[in-house]
Amino acid sequence: MIRVKMIYFAQAREAAGTKGEEFSLDKQSSVKTALSKAFEAHPKLRPLEKSIKVALNEEITQEDARLKEGDRVALLPPVVGG
Amino acid sequence: MKSRISRKPIDPAKALESVMDEDAGGVVLFVGTIRNQTNGKKVKGLEYEVYRRMAEREIAKLEEGIRKRWPVKSIRLVHREGKLEVGEVSVVVAVSAVHREEAFEAAWYAIDRIKESFPIWKREKFRGGRYAWAKGNPIQNYPVSAPAMREPQASSRGTVHRRKRSLVEA
Repeated sequence: MIRVKMIYFAQAREAAGTKGEEFSLDKQSSVKTALSKAFEAHPKLRPLEKSIKVALNEEITQEDARLKEGDRVALLPPVVGG
Repeated sequence: MKSRISRKPIDPAKALESVMDEDAGGVVLFVGTIRNQTNGKKVKGLEYEVYRRMAEREIAKLEEGIRKRWPVKSIRLVHREGKLEVGEVSVVVAVSAVHREEAFEAAWYAIDRIKESFPIWKREKFRGGRYAWAKGNPIQNYPVSAPAMREPQASSRGTVHRRKRSLVEA
């Protein structure tokens, strides 16, 4: 098993009801596995699924990226700065 | 390395000071401030949420890309995090370059990217203390070598900029 840190921002943080949490996943799990687990744990996140981008260790990533021990997976709703 | 995300009020004069360079013939300072309304609704204040670790890195990358693309002497970007009141400074872009054209172009490019390329979210506070998330767009992480400016839109901003560009190219 590996442990990864899930991080939620803005609307995703509100929907999940937490800023972050740790997931234990099988080795060779992908970003998609982590996301599915997040949506399962927090059904309120589901409406955001299509608009969310995912960062793996602070880099925008794809769902098929493989995870390793200690990775940070962040859910990023649509952004607006300035 | 100085932080690019600030939890405390930003002093635009300090940002300006930090990019002054004797080799530079032009310095542009852009200061974004909190407006008292949005879409006709009165705004009481704002709150910025930032994925600090990622934003710091991405802004540093943007600065580096801008330095490669334009003959910029020095550049400093600072964005606020946390609760802000109307009139407070939300973002500062300071650029010094050999000539004014590059300073304007680089600063313009930087502020456009800040709107769309960083893990920053904005909640607007309305009358009665009600908060609502400002509408955003999926984070855009294209390289700085991409076209500098979006096509001028039917806005005064686009027109002003096109005029500026044609002067540069003339």
